Amino acid sequence: MRYSLRRVLWEGLRGQSGWKPAWREPEKRDSYDVVIVGGGGHGLATAYYLAREQGISNVAVLERSRLGLGNVGRNTTIIRSNYLLPGNIPFYEHSLKLWEGLEQEINYNAMVSQRGVLNLFHSDGQRDAFARRGNAMRLAGVDAELLGAAEVKAMAPLLAMENTRFPILGGLLQRRGGTVRHDAVAWGYARAADARGVDILQNCEVTGIRVEGGRAVGVGTTRGPIRAGKIGLACAGRSSQVAAMAGLRLPIESHVLQAFVSEGLKPLIDCVVTFGAGHFYISQSDKGGLVFGGNIDGYNSYAARGNLPLVEEVAEEAMAVMPRLGRLRVLRSWGGIMDMTMDGSPIIDRTPVEGLYLNAGWCYGGFKATPASGWCFAYTIAQGRPHALNAALSLDRFATGALVDEAGTGAQPNHH
Amino acid sequence: MRIDCPHCGPRDRREFSYRGAVLPLPEPGAADEAWFAHVYLRDNPAGPIEEYWQHEGGCRAWLVATRDTISHRIHAVRAAAAR
Amino acid sequence: MSALRGGPHRLAAGGLIERESRISFRFDRGHFAGHPGDTLASALLANGVRLVGRSFKYHRPRGVLSAGAEEPNALVELRAGDRREPNTRATVVEIFEGLEARSQNRFPSLRFDLGAINGLLGPFIPAGFYYKTFMWPAAFWERLYEPLIRRAAGLGRAAPDADPDAYERCFLFCDVLVIGAGPAGLMAALAAGRAGARVVLADEDFRLGGRLLAERAEIGGRSGPAWAEEVAGELASLANVRLLPRTTVFGVYDGGTYAAVERVADHLPVPPPFTPRQRLWRIVAKRTVLAAGAIERGVVFPGNDRPGVMLAGAVRAYLNRFAVAPGARAVVFSANDDAARTAADLAACGVAVAAVVDARPEPPPAVAAAAAAAGAPLLAGAVLTRAHGGARLTGASVRRADGGSDFLGCDLIAVSGGWSPTIHLTSHLGARPHWDEARLAFLAGEPPPGMAVVGAAAGRMETDACLAQGAAAGLAAAAAAGFAGVLPELPDAPHESAGRAPLWRVKAPGKAFVDFQNDVTEKDLALANREGYGAAEHAKRYTTLGMATDQGKTGNLNGRAILAELRGEPLAALAPTTFRPPYTPVSFGALAGRARGPAYRPLRLTPSHAWATEWKAVFVESGPWLRAAYFPEAGEHDWQASVTREVHGVRRAVGLCDVSTLGKIDVQGADAASFLERVCLNRCSRQPLGRVRYLLMLREDGFVLDDGTATRLGPEHFLLTASTAHVAHVVSHLEWCREALWPELDVAITDVTEDWAQFAVAGPRAREVMARAVDPGFDLSNDAFPAQAAAEVRAFGGIPARLFRISFSGELGYEIAVPAGFGDAAVRALMILGAAQGIVPYGLEAMGTMRIEKGFPAGPEINGQTTARDLGFAKMMPKEGAYLGRAMAARPALVDPERPALVGLRPRDRSRRLAAGAHFLVPGAGASLANDLGFVSSATFSPTLGHAIGLGFLQGGLAHVGKTMRAADPLRGSEIEVEICPPCFVDPAGERAHG
Repeated sequence: MRYSLRRVLWEGLRGQSGWKPAWREPEKRDSYDVVIVGGGGHGLATAYYLAREQGISNVAVLERSRLGLGNVGRNTTIIRSNYLLPGNIPFYEHSLKLWEGLEQEINYNAMVSQRGVLNLFHSDGQRDAFARRGNAMRLAGVDAELLGAAEVKAMAPLLAMENTRFPILGGLLQRRGGTVRHDAVAWGYARAADARGVDILQNCEVTGIRVEGGRAVGVGTTRGPIRAGKIGLACAGRSSQVAAMAGLRLPIESHVLQAFVSEGLKPLIDCVVTFGAGHFYISQSDKGGLVFGGNIDGYNSYAARGNLPLVEEVAEEAMAVMPRLGRLRVLRSWGGIMDMTMDGSPIIDRTPVEGLYLNAGWCYGGFKATPASGWCFAYTIAQGRPHALNAALSLDRFATGALVDEAGTGAQPNHH
Repeated sequence: MRIDCPHCGPRDRREFSYRGAVLPLPEPGAADEAWFAHVYLRDNPAGPIEEYWQHEGGCRAWLVATRDTISHRIHAVRAAAAR
Repeated sequence: MSALRGGPHRLAAGGLIERESRISFRFDRGHFAGHPGDTLASALLANGVRLVGRSFKYHRPRGVLSAGAEEPNALVELRAGDRREPNTRATVVEIFEGLEARSQNRFPSLRFDLGAINGLLGPFIPAGFYYKTFMWPAAFWERLYEPLIRRAAGLGRAAPDADPDAYERCFLFCDVLVIGAGPAGLMAALAAGRAGARVVLADEDFRLGGRLLAERAEIGGRSGPAWAEEVAGELASLANVRLLPRTTVFGVYDGGTYAAVERVADHLPVPPPFTPRQRLWRIVAKRTVLAAGAIERGVVFPGNDRPGVMLAGAVRAYLNRFAVAPGARAVVFSANDDAARTAADLAACGVAVAAVVDARPEPPPAVAAAAAAAGAPLLAGAVLTRAHGGARLTGASVRRADGGSDFLGCDLIAVSGGWSPTIHLTSHLGARPHWDEARLAFLAGEPPPGMAVVGAAAGRMETDACLAQGAAAGLAAAAAAGFAGVLPELPDAPHESAGRAPLWRVKAPGKAFVDFQNDVTEKDLALANREGYGAAEHAKRYTTLGMATDQGKTGNLNGRAILAELRGEPLAALAPTTFRPPYTPVSFGALAGRARGPAYRPLRLTPSHAWATEWKAVFVESGPWLRAAYFPEAGEHDWQASVTREVHGVRRAVGLCDVSTLGKIDVQGADAASFLERVCLNRCSRQPLGRVRYLLMLREDGFVLDDGTATRLGPEHFLLTASTAHVAHVVSHLEWCREALWPELDVAITDVTEDWAQFAVAGPRAREVMARAVDPGFDLSNDAFPAQAAAEVRAFGGIPARLFRISFSGELGYEIAVPAGFGDAAVRALMILGAAQGIVPYGLEAMGTMRIEKGFPAGPEINGQTTARDLGFAKMMPKEGAYLGRAMAARPALVDPERPALVGLRPRDRSRRLAAGAHFLVPGAGASLANDLGFVSSATFSPTLGHAIGLGFLQGGLAHVGKTMRAADPLRGSEIEVEICPPCFVDPAGERAHG
């Protein structure tokens, strides 16, 4: 069923009674060409691009609860491609380009809003580092602008430029960055994949990976075994546990990242703003809530909840640059489990087990990557080798030393 | 979260910094693979884990805590130097 | 007359208000009066104000629904100017003299709101409609659709400028934390307090008593409020009990930590001097008694959102606590025994009861009796099918048990769908509530460690049971914390009948609201289910059920019940709502405390700060420090002029710079040298006494952790320096190595950064200055104290000092360290002693310029992404020895000769400036990532050479010396040709430093 203004008006006249389910609740089949483990944004996008780009539609997406309830539904909705390293920029830029045409392509309004992402800097050294990054972006054909303090103030009048501990000297702006309605991404991909024949099996938890002669041939699930030509893992947050079912040990730790939303407000912040003298990012949703977050809590965790020190730290960062927020209220907080890799960049690659593919380690950055992650993972699975876009995001880079460490903090995930 | 420092008693998590899983250092002369595994690979358990914390804002001792990564409950804490 | 009574709807008697005092306040354009003890909601109702707000989506007129924190409708912008607080629940605001409140989300006025047109569009804009349209053309989203949506969305407006009030955060430790001061909580606190335990009793209300304040039940022969006051009085007299009224415990965290916000001054026009507006408490409790009560639900029926439809418990609260009649003629609608109380209280207060509508076919005799006493017909087995009226309720349609229908004229509907225990805090650590079919409620699952749940929060709605449970739990909590006591005598209290039947919704045509604030209707839920979003978590996200500022406190369960029915599932099978902190919204200000603006982080000042201030230094933030950037002199109008003068001063005569922020780490012990050999590249055991060596430390992954110096002060005594930005991490790392890796080594590590003030004295005339600074008898000659020498000396007339012959400028240089307390005196002395040599103070900028002239790597080069090889220190890496990072530094990609390595650069056209952050491109190559060969890490104008210079990382490194590259800086629209050279521009042979 195609969504359109006409359809919405027509349904309005007949009590909204004609809408059909956005996706089927299919029966499990015994075998699929490709089984994707994880019905989050990346898994659903992978299934969609397998069907659309790689011509493989005999695909199942296995989700242990309901689709889209993991990190795709728990993030702060930011999209951007303002990366520093050549291993990352083209990949994230591909993602941004896919975002730009996504809604029309999948016929689902995900509210892709290119309202700009503004990274503030507070010292000469930070300006130089941002210049290095912005120039790398420009060389890669990505938009980037270096703003002075006055231009920053004009873009985000909410910011306190003076009387602050770390004065704002300027910012790196990517105008094409912005926000996307996160739930709609999962739902939109699910609907589009389903329409192309992909079976989305909810409440179907993978309990084992069957490896025969060094080759992955199927999975055990709470709804019974499934044979698979190829298996793709896209279950960030639980990657280590699922990979261990195939005997793999990953360069990943699980950490909890909290996110927050304020009460609804009339428009206050137009773009996404990040604070450079701490770790804080904030934007305003179309509904009016300020959506914001900061650092991970900083210890290994599988609990989708955090602790108070980080809550306070995030509020301090907010008040450091936006003292107008003082009387506004934080409405809700929640936590997501992040796959933190040892260099802060993700992994999309084959694994030492033939037929088993890995999409993991998204750290903070998984949401914005959803389209490119699915696109590249679909390519890698279908072709049996990585695409140039994800070639640097390999599993063996830790052994070879070809790391993709944007922050330069080394193999200590809680510092990324 | 509160950590029971063997030297100082139970203190707020704010006083502590975190390093990660306790992993044995490869023997001198170990192969590069052993170092690679040590530096990069993690069991990343969903359950009890032995991990390093430093009482950085207190006695500065490095501690080994056994903590459940699902419930965050801390079952034991000892000084890292006390093997 | 009416003004004296604080409003025309104020009852002549009763209530917990101070009738003799009068408080005037404003709501929109109206001026009103109320009394101490009123909330804004009760005072508005007393004045007959029924319409208080507009809903989020359809701009429906809305009135007060509740009398507590669960309020979805009565949201106002409270106060004016920079103290404006949007979305403030009128039901919890204590009125104060001069209070100003404004209605929200309406234009041009609350009564006439153009946004109400959305109500007519309702059929076309159900839940999720925006996912299906607004997609064409793509560019219209940001330009047209979204701005319109954003303007229409949101509720209140943020204050126009920074919040003028202060906040603070405190820790509080107790044996027993009691949350909620209703009958259960008061008894729990009494039992634990009498046992001697340290008790904290917190309640969100400004008066202790909870539900007792709203009901007419007698406790121990007194009125409920009187009994509560008596208990509160005894608790206040106990030294081991702390009462925290106006305090909401909003979150449960690990290790028995509870977060609470105390509204210290929100009931006052402005906070008194030296008083915070709010205080965040982090309460650490050994045991907790959760006695947070229960929240009443409405019933989903058409028109159920009309102003005048009010929760029955709230009706009783306004009648009994606030002495306000929320209407003149009421219909009571429920399916539980509370209807009896409601009808009785209404009648007792002189409000006509039009009917008692009980959905149960056979309500108990008590309900019938109460209805009869109130002179109202009891309509058993009947339901309301519609509330009539717009901004004011005019009546209700009722469907009788026999299927017939009636119209009941009324201006108040007291509705009760039953009570939901307030178990939010029990699931903050992840426990899942479970459905209790008998109580028709979700009850707590496994509560957080140490927490007991009692009273209405545990599903007990009878006052005597609440008292008994509370007392027992308080006693048990005290005992568990080590305080034995006796059970307090339980006062006589009613055992209210609590019969109930499920009543979630009435099926009837019309708009029936589940979530009032977000305008989620029953039809929205049906649509979500039809489209496949029927699982509770999907439905919540698709319809926004429960996501408004009230977090669905009154609507969530109804929504879930409707979904269960739509899906043909039993309620017990429904996943419960996941409650997450905060229980009610908490201000940014309270969470941030005093850490805001300039106090966001502590500011560290150098020992010479006062002196530098007198010298009119321009300061700059450098990590946690504030350091002198440069020292402008009269007539110098730009910083470059000052820096150029300072550099010339150093290179031609002598300069003075505070380098105290440099990390200083004392390493002592029999194994000090062998310990250091395991953590850095230096062969420390071979290092002579009294000598300084350049130091490089690797991380385990083989990248450079930091650089600095190591000075051997004794056979078992080293002093390391670390860069300002890295010192905390380096000390931690060394301590980890010592304790976790090699506890068998005899070595002690002490951060002495703050113990020493250290000054660089550098320049060709530095020796002359130092000769006067160091006490006589110490030979400073080049032979006796050559470059890289170090000694413990006395200086400035007997002050113990450490003297180092090191140079970050490349000149003949010394650094002298004195105990930090002498720092100020030392810098002043050096200025005097160096006057004859023309000593100039120099700051961070000149220091940075000179280090680039010398090619010394610093923060931009040691950025965590570079190896010792990259920095040109491959030769420093010992061939032997098991130092940390050795194995990983040898990985193939890290020893690839094409890996970018440190080079120097200067513009071909010497008049051009360089900027750090530019990237290297081969001349003629296209500007693309594929042709990107590296970047400029540091750049400066070299006063010594008279042109720009830079450092950078270039693929192939020094193999390119002499070649021309382009430094492309598209971000700033510049591209210049540069010549690659070795990374040292001044005195490459190092003769000056050794002279």
